[in-house]
Amino acid sequence: MSFETPQLEYSQLMPMLIVFGAAIVGVLVEAFMGRRYRFEVQLGIALSALVLAFASVVVVAGDLGVTAMGAIAIDGPTLFLQGTILLLAVPGVLATAERRVEEGGVFAPAGSSIPGSQHERLLTAQRVTQTEVFPLLMFAVGGMLMFPASNDLLTMFVALEVLSLPLYLLCGLARRRRLLSQEASMKYFLLGAFSSAFFLYGVALLYGYAGTVSLSGIAEAVSTEAGNETLLLAGTGLLAVGLLFKVGAAPFHSWTPDVYQGAPTPITGFMAACTKVAAFGALLRVFYVALGGLAWDWRPVMWGVAILTMVVGSVVAITQTDVKRMLAYSSVAHAGFILAGLVATDAVGASGEPAGISSVLVYLLAYGFSTIAAFAVVTLVRDSAGEATHLSQWAGLARRSPVTAVVFTFLLAAFAGIPLTSGFTAKFAVFSAAWDGGAEALVIVGVVMSAVAAFFYFRVVVLMFFSAPAPEGPSVVVPSPLTTVAIAIGAGVTLLLGVYPSEVLELAARSTQLVR
Amino acid sequence: MTDFPWLTTLALLPLVGALVVMAVPAGDRAADEAGALRRELLAKQVALGFSLVTLALTIALALRFDANSSAMFQFAETYEWIPQFGVSYALGVDGIALVLIALAAVLTPVCILASWHDVDVLPERRRSVKGYFALLLLLETFMIGVFAATDVFLFYVLFEAMLVPMYFIIGSYGGAQRSYAAVKFLLYSLAGGLLMLAAVIGLYVVSDGGPQAFLFENMLGTEMSTGTERLLFMGFFIAFAIKAPLWPVHTWLPDAAAEAPPGGAVLLVGVLDKVGTFGMIRLCLPLFPDASKWATPVVITLAVVGILYGALLAIGQTDMKRLIAYTSISHFGFIVMGIFAMTTYGQAGSTLYMVNHGFSTAALFLIAGFLISRRGSRLIADYGGVQKVAPILAGTFLVAGLSSLALPGLSTFVSEFLVLVGTFSRYEVAAVVATGGIILASLYILLMYQRTMTGEPNEHTSKLADLTMREAWVVAPLVAVMIALGFYPKPLLDVINPAVGRTMEQVGVQDPEPGVPAAEGVSR
Repeated sequence: MSFETPQLEYSQLMPMLIVFGAAIVGVLVEAFMGRRYRFEVQLGIALSALVLAFASVVVVAGDLGVTAMGAIAIDGPTLFLQGTILLLAVPGVLATAERRVEEGGVFAPAGSSIPGSQHERLLTAQRVTQTEVFPLLMFAVGGMLMFPASNDLLTMFVALEVLSLPLYLLCGLARRRRLLSQEASMKYFLLGAFSSAFFLYGVALLYGYAGTVSLSGIAEAVSTEAGNETLLLAGTGLLAVGLLFKVGAAPFHSWTPDVYQGAPTPITGFMAACTKVAAFGALLRVFYVALGGLAWDWRPVMWGVAILTMVVGSVVAITQTDVKRMLAYSSVAHAGFILAGLVATDAVGASGEPAGISSVLVYLLAYGFSTIAAFAVVTLVRDSAGEATHLSQWAGLARRSPVTAVVFTFLLAAFAGIPLTSGFTAKFAVFSAAWDGGAEALVIVGVVMSAVAAFFYFRVVVLMFFSAPAPEGPSVVVPSPLTTVAIAIGAGVTLLLGVYPSEVLELAARSTQLVR
Repeated sequence: MTDFPWLTTLALLPLVGALVVMAVPAGDRAADEAGALRRELLAKQVALGFSLVTLALTIALALRFDANSSAMFQFAETYEWIPQFGVSYALGVDGIALVLIALAAVLTPVCILASWHDVDVLPERRRSVKGYFALLLLLETFMIGVFAATDVFLFYVLFEAMLVPMYFIIGSYGGAQRSYAAVKFLLYSLAGGLLMLAAVIGLYVVSDGGPQAFLFENMLGTEMSTGTERLLFMGFFIAFAIKAPLWPVHTWLPDAAAEAPPGGAVLLVGVLDKVGTFGMIRLCLPLFPDASKWATPVVITLAVVGILYGALLAIGQTDMKRLIAYTSISHFGFIVMGIFAMTTYGQAGSTLYMVNHGFSTAALFLIAGFLISRRGSRLIADYGGVQKVAPILAGTFLVAGLSSLALPGLSTFVSEFLVLVGTFSRYEVAAVVATGGIILASLYILLMYQRTMTGEPNEHTSKLADLTMREAWVVAPLVAVMIALGFYPKPLLDVINPAVGRTMEQVGVQDPEPGVPAAEGVSR
């Protein structure tokens, strides 16, 4: 058995290398730098790494292909999604770095201190600020960059773990309601571990079928019908469970409300936006590249999952009384809408591009920015016990802070898909692709569920604008420029994509070629 | 014709006005009561000024409009917007759109003037005064835009966007049940809007595509199967029927109109709802001619049911604003019937009806609003003998009411007559039954007048003041228009008729020969 020296095209891997490099430097900073300077240095490293990585994504755009011995595919969807994740990570990091709305930040001073212990009180008294979150975030971003770029299933599994493990930790680091936060973390970890096991089992079965874990190898085996079909179908199913868990599609969505509610809110926003982008990227690659020849078999199942996800997300959201849980179920519903675009394998767009892929790309971008901004707004509504996330506490918010209420209303309108917001553009793209791909039923269900979803979004608007404020109600904290900028970026993109989307649509249409 | 973007200017003017109004500083009310009042007055004056300039520009535009032009749309503007979806930013007007834009342009300043103190006096909750006037102007922008849109997608976008200011007008400035009414209004409209969205998507997929696929001209004559056409027609039609509102999807209107502040109610029933009937004549008929003909019997039946149902329920109302809302449901039945009768008379009558109904309902709502603001009650039973103490108020109310019940010599008569004649030449039974609506109309109007205005004043009404100068200025133009159009509707009909003729051509129908029963085999 011979051993080849791996050939690495560093320029193509540069975005990932920069982010992972920044993460490792961040760990070193934690270990060796004095506590006083850590916060500024970590924030600087993280932001500059994101900007540099984005610049290198732009540079790489001229140089597509499969790299790292076939482990990584750098192509249109990869670059579009990597760019999206990096851009989303900027407001994500900014919101995470907020230190004004809560003394010392929304994170526990040390994750290892037991809630309510002497140690915790001591750290709080010393005003210790949590800075480990930055390297953790960078590792997660690195994993997310790698996840949609993975060209074989093992790389994909590694990327999945790299992006998930930091997120499990980050979810458990809330300063307030630490037990709830740790419970969320635990739940996420256990269920995530389950889903990883499913994923790995699927990989094993597919290896048994095709004799390879590379996506193109599996595609070839599918096209020549080489192997045992039972292995193929079972493997596909198990793999799909793992991936659908990550995107939060029903019936694998049950972790989302608890985790979204328990996690520190900036992390929830980051996770809701970026994880979804990365996971849908991976889903897209697996089902289009490796299992494209099997579309007739998986499409009906995905139809069912899409319908179920839209219905469960929209209907259950109606009964929620907590803003974060409501947004969690709304994210489930949005996963359903995106799946409707994903199943449109036959749809052809205006310039002949596969409209299914381009619509998914646009939706992820649009949804990501609105989500990050929406969770950032949630961090601002506070009372003495921390964030006031119960819906009843939001009554009459427009009277206390009209600007916050208007911005949040605008973001909710985007979620509801009202015209002149990005949500409408994205929904139109996805639904027209689905209709064109022969999924009229999906479009009808999608439209009906949009109406249902509009009900609970506008219930919040009614509360904010038309209800009298509670006497002991929460107030809106004036944040530092960090959160303000994060919200402005999110809301700005939401507006831009609603009013003048054609450049982004064009870019998405040009970014649909998957390399095999 | 010059290339100056007249319609964009016209549509954006109120938007600029809304922004200027919002830019008027609010100041600290607690510290400086007089200053705050002065600034509120300034905001109102700015709003009125902008709406009057918009009206002037509309008149200028109407004078430049060439009724006999062969172009489908005049003052046309077309720019690329989202070429990937085939969407253009395209505006243009034909006769039908022009008169409806004029309706919106006239009613907005009237409503602003009428609502001068409506927000100041809202009980126990101080609402932003300038916010209300900014919302009215924002609404005007969307109304002008939606009537002028010649791109199906742009029409849809504005159709939905229009909901937002109305939602806040009802929800923030309405009566006791405002929150319920606003949500009901929004949910009905959104449900219809989303059905329309599905139809818009479907239309795009079956269309020829290309970067200008959604332009009205390019959508005309799109080839599609019978089933698809019917499905898409229903998507559009149900949305418009909810908006119009046609029986049985009308239940949101009485709540919304009764809870909205008077100015908002006028724009809602007077103009906003016309977008529904306008959409039927502009989009449903020309884009889906065969499906429209297929659906005609059902639509006409629903319209006739609506005429009688609305009128009967109006008679039973105890709340003045709800009563006027129910009369509108009856009137909208007439408009829809005229459109789907597919005759020149019917459609021209319907278009004229949209304008006339706008004016007479506006007058009814506003004068009722003045009355309610004096007494603080919407219940008919709380009034009586008003004409003794406030003769001008009672007199103008009577004129508006008589116009509403289509008394000859007042504007609505002409349009109702045309609609009935147009319908009779094709659907005799429907026309005959619908005539019953006119009799019921005199019942509901005269009963309301009798109960509120005649008789001896009771202890509350005996001290009611007559119309103030401001209120008289609000009502005077409306009454003048009702009388003028009643005697001489020709200028409007001259503008409307060519556009109606073109619509009939697009649908591919001709008027039945007069006097000849519409039987099989008769050459037309």
